[in-house]
Amino acid sequence: MKQLNAKILSNEKVGTAFYKMRLASSYLAKLAKPGQFVEIRCSKGTAPLLRRPLGVHRVSSLGIEVLYEVVGKGTEIISNKRAGEDLDIIGPLGNGFDLELGSDVNILVAGGIGVAPLMALAEGLSVKKSRKIHVLIGARVKSHVMCEGEFKALGCAVKVTTDDGSRGYKGLVTELLKKLLATHKVKTYLPDFRGITVYACGPNAMLKSVAAIAMEHGIPCQASFEERMACGVGVCLGCPVKVKSPEGYKMVCKDGPVFDAGEILW
Amino acid sequence: MNMAVKIGRLKLKNPVMAASGTWGTDYLELSDAGKLGAVVLKTVTLESRTGNRSPRVCETASGMLNSIGLENKGIDDLIENKLPRLNGIRTCIIASIAGDDKREFKELAVRLSACKRVDAIEINLSCPNIKYGVNEGLIAHNEKAVYTTVKAVREATKLTLITKLSPNVTDIKVFACAAEAAGTDAIALTNTFIGMAVDINTGRPMLGNITGGLSGPAIKPMSLRAVWEATKAVDIPIIGIGGIMDYKDAIEFMLCGASAIQVGTANFVNPNSTVEIVEGIEAYLKRKNIGGIGKLIGAIKLG
Ligand SMILES: Cc1cc2nc3c(=O)[nH]c(=O)nc-3n(C[C@H](O)[C@H](O)[C@H](O)COP(=O)(O)OP(=O)(O)OC[C@H]3O[C@@H](n4cnc5c(N)ncnc54)[C@H](O)[C@@H]3O)c2cc1C
Ligand SMILES: Cc1cc2nc3c(=O)[nH]c(=O)nc-3n(C[C@H](O)[C@H](O)[C@H](O)COP(=O)(O)O)c2cc1C
Ligand code: FES
Repeated sequence: MKQLNAKILSNEKVGTAFYKMRLASSYLAKLAKPGQFVEIRCSKGTAPLLRRPLGVHRVSSLGIEVLYEVVGKGTEIISNKRAGEDLDIIGPLGNGFDLELGSDVNILVAGGIGVAPLMALAEGLSVKKSRKIHVLIGARVKSHVMCEGEFKALGCAVKVTTDDGSRGYKGLVTELLKKLLATHKVKTYLPDFRGITVYACGPNAMLKSVAAIAMEHGIPCQASFEERMACGVGVCLGCPVKVKSPEGYKMVCKDGPVFDAGEILW
Repeated sequence: MNMAVKIGRLKLKNPVMAASGTWGTDYLELSDAGKLGAVVLKTVTLESRTGNRSPRVCETASGMLNSIGLENKGIDDLIENKLPRLNGIRTCIIASIAGDDKREFKELAVRLSACKRVDAIEINLSCPNIKYGVNEGLIAHNEKAVYTTVKAVREATKLTLITKLSPNVTDIKVFACAAEAAGTDAIALTNTFIGMAVDINTGRPMLGNITGGLSGPAIKPMSLRAVWEATKAVDIPIIGIGGIMDYKDAIEFMLCGASAIQVGTANFVNPNSTVEIVEGIEAYLKRKNIGGIGKLIGAIKLG
């Protein structure tokens, strides 16, 4: 990890509530992995004071992209930054997704802005053409459905749900997961089938139910967590997640943000 | 430029330290701790503690609340695993200790005194999140308990002793005097101020623990005032802490009588802020033609 000033290449609104920002950094281009994040300093003054964590949405040859939702003061300030300005960031932080689980079928489950890091993951997984990638996107309304086209361009099979049915299915993204697993189950009996892995990012309630479904089917599940953060590097012990091991808690920033679902005390 | 200061028998190459709970070896990749006077380690207890439930941090106006709950892996882990990792760093290491009673404090002091890498001990009497016994509240909020605890540690170690006090008291002078009478070499002021915040969308407290400790720029004027009061009450060195973000904040504390300062929350915002503060103080002394750091301490002009 490094603290660096990255030049903003672009920072544009996508849909009604989200922004996509491209940051130039050869260092991050080389090192950032799907599932990792950066800590962004929004203001040089003291309000907002703490850095804001944003996941790596995409890694390119120039640097990284982040995809974010404006939910408060920090993200609002970030959304007002212009191309050409420098951004003070620390990264890459945390441990990414495990791409080497080597499953034939990979199911990516996104809730809301949780879609952001799954794009980088899909790009990483798609390097190996034999892998089947399903992406299940859950969004509040039609205009919040992100990255559908980009996932399809990678060759992913994409299904969408919205809370109000304004796009795709109506209802919870976890219902889609149940249906998909039901259709895939039969294949697991084939001798050369190398398994299914579920990857998820979204609100805690969604992660919990995705993990429960995966465990029911006995398939591995990697979940990316969000927790309020101060340092972002493992120093302040401010971002705990409950784990089954005797230590009780692990830190989302340093030990995560991606955890094996089986490790978590849900 | 002479930047060295003395705290008890401990000589620091400059007055800037990283505060307990806000520095760890993860920062070595981002900032050179070898340039600091000292780093204070996260408070350690005899047994490991799992800490409080989530959420543990939340931002407030120019500050933050935390309710970590003294999570740490215990003294055995510190000695076996953490101290060896500090071997290459050319700065003083100050261990911070907390316990439920004076016997625990004493045992911690004895064990740390046997560690070569530990240069001094800071007694944390003031972490607002842990309750010492059912009816006693915090040790830091009872001057008799402060006196007996510090005295017990004093008898257990020859290392330089720093007593860190809580600002959540009516008259800080009483507590500073109690620590001085018990034999501490220095006093560190302040720990966090107890506070809380509520999420009006959910109607719930922002912290899982409901209340927590406020730190950052928001507390600086109050910490500064506590240091100012304490310097008038005792003859031992005071270490100023609270909302220091840059060298200007640090100099304010030193003008009010602090012999050294600690930087906490600012590390999260800019991990290199401590090093920049050292450089900033040095440049200020040159600019102002002040011959050495000693001339700054308590040099506030009144009247
Ligand atoms: C590892 C990690 C990766 C993340 N990646 C992304 C991403 O790719 N895109 C994106 O839009 N958001 C992401 N987030 C969430 C993002 O950090 C928060 O939305 C942001 O910090 C809110 O800042 P604010 O000042 O705008 O809002 P605030 O005014 O601080 O808060 C507004 C709301 O956001 C919640 N919030 C604040 N901080 C966090 C946090 N660290 N995590 C979760 N919720 C928070 C608050 O509880 C509050 O409800 C990520 C969070 C983490 C921990
Ligand atoms: C996340 C966090 C953890 C802390 N942990 C400790 C601790 O373990 N022991 C201690 O004595 N003080 C602890 N403190 C208090 C700081 O050392 C410091 O006294 C306080 O934050 C005020 O300084 P600041 O405004 O520069 O942060 C902690 C503060 C924060 C923000
Ligand atoms: S945010 Fe500080 S330990 Fe995770």
